[in-house]
Amino acid sequence: MSDICIVYDRVRWEEKCLCEKAIKLGHTSKMIDAKTLAISTFDGNTSHNFGDIVLQRCISHYRGLYLTACLEFLGSNVINAYSTAEICGNKLLTSVYLSRHRIPTPVTQFAFGPDVAGEVGDEMGYPLVLKPIVGSWGRMIIPIKDKDVMDSIIEMREEMSNPLNKIYYLQDYVNRPPRDIRTIVVDDRVVTAIYRYSPEGEWRTNISRGGKAELCPITNELEDICMKTSKAVGSGILGIDLMEDKEKGLVVHEVNNTVEFKGASTVSEKDIAAEIVNYASKMAM
Amino acid sequence: MVTIKCHECDKELNISNDSIKGEIVTCPDCGSDFEIVSIENDKVELKPAEKVGEDWGE
Repeated sequence: MSDICIVYDRVRWEEKCLCEKAIKLGHTSKMIDAKTLAISTFDGNTSHNFGDIVLQRCISHYRGLYLTACLEFLGSNVINAYSTAEICGNKLLTSVYLSRHRIPTPVTQFAFGPDVAGEVGDEMGYPLVLKPIVGSWGRMIIPIKDKDVMDSIIEMREEMSNPLNKIYYLQDYVNRPPRDIRTIVVDDRVVTAIYRYSPEGEWRTNISRGGKAELCPITNELEDICMKTSKAVGSGILGIDLMEDKEKGLVVHEVNNTVEFKGASTVSEKDIAAEIVNYASKMAM
Repeated sequence: MVTIKCHECDKELNISNDSIKGEIVTCPDCGSDFEIVSIENDKVELKPAEKVGEDWGE
């Protein structure tokens, strides 16, 4: 049995569920608020005991990322590892890793200035999709329908103070059904897959935006592409999002590092929390 | 169920018995979010929850 530590900064349904499941499966489990932690490079001292394994579940990407670096410095086993968190928390890096490993993904271009972003948009043609390189839940993902909208959005982005908004991530608008696929992948294996349908009046499919979940069959093609994606980003506990491109077939467009699974749990026959806890216990040994 | 007054609008907030430290409760009246700092027996301590950050998500 393992001592499983869940580090959080906001307790969602998932963190509570994981803690309860770990205890139910006979492990010891504790929850630590990341906002209370201070770690020194001098002696690595902290008043906290992080147990045999840490499930890093912060809702803030940067807090979770840099805390993971500190916990690894202290010698803790952390799921997911810093390198995986860094890749998955940044859409630009994710796209680079997916392409490097020849995993089907929508055509994506990066532009590092406003003028060249406009030129790239014109070359790609409209509609296209502009995404922030860090962020989640579909926020600030914009379908750009024509050049006028593109120019306005570029002007707006240039006024924003966050320097990441001055890096332009432009992606082909994928011709797909009004749904995408979310897979929960643990230890390079697809635990469950769901279709996420866009709610009425919304093109994004995020469950956080009211998207509806429906069970998706795990085909060999889906299993294969998810396994390769998982290995490409360093494995762990992942939420891999795919679209069904009507011309290219399955394409991976996002990999989530602290996957939410409340929506998937409502339709899946699998005990997702148990799969995660069992994996954490295995990695603690 | 524990009842506590909303720090913002003074309306009653109901907190279920299985709530834990770190969870967020939202006032149904004014919509303010609060984080549970401690919960023990019938005593609940709240603080204003962090605002949603640009880097929040999964």
